[in-house]
Amino acid sequence: MAEAAAEEKPVKRILQTVGFDARFPNTNQTRHCFQSYIDYHKCVNAKGEDFAPCKQFFRAYKSLCPKREAGKFPASLEP
Amino acid sequence: MCSNYLVRLNSTPSILLDAPAPWQIGFQDVASPGFEGIVSLHDSIMFYLILILVTKSGIVYKYLNHGTLIELIWTISPALVLIAIAFPSFKLLYTLDEVIDPALTVKVTGHQCYMVPESDLEEGQLRLLDVDNRLMVPVNTHIRFIVTSTDVLHDFAVPSLGIKIDATPGRLNQTSALIERTGVFYGQCSELCGV
Repeated sequence: MAEAAAEEKPVKRILQTVGFDARFPNTNQTRHCFQSYIDYHKCVNAKGEDFAPCKQFFRAYKSLCPKREAGKFPASLEP
Repeated sequence: MCSNYLVRLNSTPSILLDAPAPWQIGFQDVASPGFEGIVSLHDSIMFYLILILVTKSGIVYKYLNHGTLIELIWTISPALVLIAIAFPSFKLLYTLDEVIDPALTVKVTGHQCYMVPESDLEEGQLRLLDVDNRLMVPVNTHIRFIVTSTDVLHDFAVPSLGIKIDATPGRLNQTSALIERTGVFYGQCSELCGV
């Protein structure tokens, strides 16, 4: 019964991902991922973790970078 | 054979409509607007080329060994034909390149040699095409594929969706698809892996 009730109520999901960026119009999106990652960390350093606009960069690099790629970056960010 | 993968939509059972058939010559069934464009470009070019081939082969001048006018015609008209092919071809090529407003990003990573052993296949499944975990994506949604590789060159290709893009280590390639109907879409690595 619970399953039937769940079926009747369609769950509305909004699909969202990072859109077109005029700086990266090409097939090669490597810099798009990298730049979003850098921008996120710059943003957090300047404005702090809770600054909402930083989330935009966070979502961009989370959408574009493969997990292993994002894992490689932090060492290069060290001053 | 490396990197088998497949896109599966909805919870429909395996219907093998979008798999290659033995000795198949034509395209697989179309499932995205991009591939529709590719097929119609191919068909219209082939139509005119065959028309030219058939009509010109009827003309035989056995005893004609010189003619300036005819030489001009067979020099200039192929150039015009090439231009007529080039314009729609480039238009399609650059349209397919655009990824404007995707709703979903799928990351595709190529690896060397995963294969589902024959003993793991169920009745009716395709050896070298079926996978253990199918990727499910929604229909009528603009999907971006970010394609890369961990080891050597691979190539992500799904014929029914008109996708074929290199998977290069250290580089993220982007392509897109809008799937217009439900189905099980098969594809294989389309590169001699590592070459």
